[in-house]
Amino acid sequence: MSSLVEQPRGIELADRPADVAMNMGWTAQAHEWATTVDHKKIGIMYVVMSIVFLVIGGIEAILMRWQLFYPRSKVLDQDTFNQLFTMHGTTMVFFVGMPILIGIGNYFVPLMIGARDMAFPRLNAFGFWVTLFGGVMVYMSYITGGAPAVGWFAYAPLTSNTFSRGAATDFWALGLIVSGIGTIAGGVNFIATILGMRAPGMTLRKVPFFVWTMLWTSFQILLAIPPLTAALTMIIFDRQLGAHFFDVPNGGSAYLWQHLFWFFGHPEVYILILPVFGMVSEIIPVFSRKVLFGYEFMAAATMGIAFISLSVWAHHMFCVGMGRMPDLFFAVATFLVSIPTGIKFFNWLATMYGGRIWFASPMLFSFGFLSMFLIGGLTGIMLGAAPFDFQLSDSYFVVGHFHWVLIGGTLFGTFAGIHYWYPKVTGRMLSERLARWQFWLLYIGFILTFGPMHISGVLGMPRRIYTYDAGHGWEIWNQLSTLGALIQVPSYAILVYNLITSLWKGKPAGDDPWDAWTLEWMTTSPPPSYNFEEVPTVHSRRPLWDLKHPEDPDWQYE
Amino acid sequence: MDVIGQCALLAAVRGSPGNMSIFAPASPGAHSIVDLAILTFVVTGLIFVVVEGVLLYSVWRFRQPRVEQTGEPPQVYGSMPIEVAWTAAPTLIVFFLVLVTTRTLWDVEKTQPKSKPGDNTLFVNVIGHQWWWEYVYESYDGRILGFVTANELHMPVSDDDTMRPVYLTLKSADVCHSYWVPRLAGKVDLIPGRVNSLMLETKEPGLQLGQCAEFCGAQHANMLLRVNVDTPEEFERWLANESKAALEESAVADGRAKFLAQSCVNCHAVRGTPARGTYAPDLTHLMSRQTLASGIIENTPETLADWVRDPQPIKPGCLMPAFGLTERDQQLIVRYLLSLR
Amino acid sequence: MTQPASDLPVPPPIAPERMLKPAQWGMASFLLSEVAFFCTLIATYVAFMGKDTVGPTPAQALSLPLVIATTICLLSSSVVIHFAERSLHRGEQKRFLFLLAGTAALGIVFLLGTAIEWRTLIVDHHLTIGRNLFGSTYYTLVGFHGLHVTVGIVAMLIVLVLAIGRELTEKFRNGVELVAWYWHFVDAVWIVVFLVVYVASRSSGA
Repeated sequence: MSSLVEQPRGIELADRPADVAMNMGWTAQAHEWATTVDHKKIGIMYVVMSIVFLVIGGIEAILMRWQLFYPRSKVLDQDTFNQLFTMHGTTMVFFVGMPILIGIGNYFVPLMIGARDMAFPRLNAFGFWVTLFGGVMVYMSYITGGAPAVGWFAYAPLTSNTFSRGAATDFWALGLIVSGIGTIAGGVNFIATILGMRAPGMTLRKVPFFVWTMLWTSFQILLAIPPLTAALTMIIFDRQLGAHFFDVPNGGSAYLWQHLFWFFGHPEVYILILPVFGMVSEIIPVFSRKVLFGYEFMAAATMGIAFISLSVWAHHMFCVGMGRMPDLFFAVATFLVSIPTGIKFFNWLATMYGGRIWFASPMLFSFGFLSMFLIGGLTGIMLGAAPFDFQLSDSYFVVGHFHWVLIGGTLFGTFAGIHYWYPKVTGRMLSERLARWQFWLLYIGFILTFGPMHISGVLGMPRRIYTYDAGHGWEIWNQLSTLGALIQVPSYAILVYNLITSLWKGKPAGDDPWDAWTLEWMTTSPPPSYNFEEVPTVHSRRPLWDLKHPEDPDWQYE
Repeated sequence: MDVIGQCALLAAVRGSPGNMSIFAPASPGAHSIVDLAILTFVVTGLIFVVVEGVLLYSVWRFRQPRVEQTGEPPQVYGSMPIEVAWTAAPTLIVFFLVLVTTRTLWDVEKTQPKSKPGDNTLFVNVIGHQWWWEYVYESYDGRILGFVTANELHMPVSDDDTMRPVYLTLKSADVCHSYWVPRLAGKVDLIPGRVNSLMLETKEPGLQLGQCAEFCGAQHANMLLRVNVDTPEEFERWLANESKAALEESAVADGRAKFLAQSCVNCHAVRGTPARGTYAPDLTHLMSRQTLASGIIENTPETLADWVRDPQPIKPGCLMPAFGLTERDQQLIVRYLLSLR
Repeated sequence: MTQPASDLPVPPPIAPERMLKPAQWGMASFLLSEVAFFCTLIATYVAFMGKDTVGPTPAQALSLPLVIATTICLLSSSVVIHFAERSLHRGEQKRFLFLLAGTAALGIVFLLGTAIEWRTLIVDHHLTIGRNLFGSTYYTLVGFHGLHVTVGIVAMLIVLVLAIGRELTEKFRNGVELVAWYWHFVDAVWIVVFLVVYVASRSSGA
């Protein structure tokens, strides 16, 4: 490894956040975390919050799978089940998926661009606390006598007072408005940081790929979340002030809600996947020991996805009777997304090809991402073929598809990122042995859970049903799904165990355990609160490669 | 893997009455969707094999534990011709998919014609309710029908000489629902404030199952669909019976009086009586239906009595409450209902 | 930090980038999200134009004279804050304070005008948010715009309080610039709202 790693930094031990924390009482520590504006601590809090919600959402999923194990089973009643899938979807999208990516971005975007913090540290802290508060608020609905039971896309007029009595739906809508404000704050912060605070020499064409994807994710956040905020406000006004937005007998429109929701909802999917594209685009090169193949094309493909994703929302609405021409338009737009996505895929493969692939845990999870996300993308093409979607829409096939994208894509990629960057955050390595157990249990359990859903969907099983009759050939596939879900459980337990125990049991990591190339590996692990003693100067996309190979630096080729 | 499982399963379930597989189409529309589906399966399957193949090959061929690594491999920054090639390939595939999708789309989405004599065409309004289906029979073969029934659709079967399609006009009385009988057609949503349309046509007589596919509240799971495809003669007989007002048997006059005196009539209708409620299924020919509660239980004297006593244990959350009838009143009412053939 | 040996390749010198400051990017991207928000409300307003089952319609309820007056106030305030900024950059602190107070005052006049208009609508025309779709969409759109005007006025008052009797720094000037951006945005939104609500829906509604 390079001599860089051993370079003395001249940083007092007490400056390192982890060491400072060790010398404090727990109240002082809690105060420290609650009032911090350090992007790294906020990032950690985002990730911890997401993992807590991941466990909650997972428990909800297990309960649902238990109910569906047998036809006409009576484990849960219909209201409980309907509340569970509403909360499961809401939790996983708004309080796991987005915050975990924003959290990782929070920690690493400033480090990767050689900045000392985010552009607006206090706004950053505000964003986190507001997001957390939104999540708590949605769960507060339980103490009003039950969670909302409207589904995470909450089709009007099911959300009206007539069909959803009680306060649960109000808590849900308000919670999402509040956490949405936090997300927008995060998006604003990322854009200001990435566009305004890059290290000298790091032009926009030279930013690490993860930073580039976070930039476009942030633009999507800014364009997609506000329409949701507006639409949720309309729900609140309908419910609390007697407005008529979605009140059909008085001229309101149930159809409008679907357009507004999916105008948010589809870009949301890309908000959840673009940062992951960024993470694996950092990891695959490092563990293949090759530069990212076709950076410019990858960058352009990211932009392409970000733009096209704004015009595909109504592919969630093929069955509402839009007519042939709109159906065709949205089918074509949906197919078009597969072109930039394909470009990305081929470039990842080309990066690996001819490399020296080291299967440490980050690479293993990246492999999981590549092999599984592909399938999610391909079933997405099937759903994009509008007439095929007339059959598949709202069936278990769709449930299988989007879990394949969100677990096979987002979650595997995020776990790759967590295993890649944990040493930087804590100064300790995660246990490779546990990581391997976690990976294979997840890989097998995941395929077994969501593979059969494609089949039960094709066999006519609609989503969101709390029970079903025997005799349609659905039983075996549901039982396999439940079995798969049970196999996944220990995998998440291992992750949490590994994350916690490695804090003190893990091997010391050093500054640059993976012999990587981006700026975050230049500073100590964990980094000091000011990140870099001296703001680095950058000449290429791989500044550390340039330092480690002064005889053949990257800037000659870019 | 999915495809193999699918084939095995098709063999097992095909022909059984519970089959709701979209890969066992029983109508021209469902058939053209299957054709499109198989085409997309093949295309995506090929992509799958090639890409996973390259991935696995790279992983196997180029893996090397860190300890064995010396120096760095040659760095390749990219290649314009290669990028152009693998942009062009998916673009061509997309172009092909757009063509076949368009063809199927025009195949499947039919505009509704006007009813006229000799067209052998049935027109039915379908109104989705929480959690049951209302069918308003408009006309058949140019004849005005104008009766209402619930939960079980009857339609005539087509044969090689004559097409007997049914055009459904889909509306909702409350929240969004979706009409899905997988073997007959793709689903179409019933959205309050909108009017949608769906065409069914099949040469396969017998029962087709389906269910509501858009989450519509507590009992969404139990909003089942039953389509009885009758021979033309059976269908005409059924039409003739349904067109009549309810039978008035003197033997159940007491029950009839009890029924009309209770709040049943606020929601239910029985043609030919003062009961004209529209919030719940029309009961005029209740006993011509095979099931109760939108298809979840068989329609027998016992289940009917259970249902009248208290529907909540059978379909929890459904909008019909238990009325706390005396045992005698309840027996009288059930006996009256049993006479509604 | 790189000290290349004589035989190693020397990187080209780094040309400084000329881009906006982080705070400017922040405000610009925040305003982008606001554009998305108001576009949704405006699209909803347009989608429901003429769909009412009961009156009053925009043509019956909305009267132009008052709103034209308030519109002139709001739009001219954009000009005033522009001159306020100019005097700030020239170091004319008194003039700056006067013009900024003028901007806030014009904003307050706009809000008062809205208040009077709403009172007329509610008392004379019985138009509330629950009356009909026009009421729902109108109060939501105009209300959220009014909320943004209010936030802008509060921001300007804070700037005023901070500026009185103090040396104005570079950082302060940058902050004022962002407030001005925000204020111009609020005015621009009003132009669209005015055209949609008071021109298009008023002339299309029966």
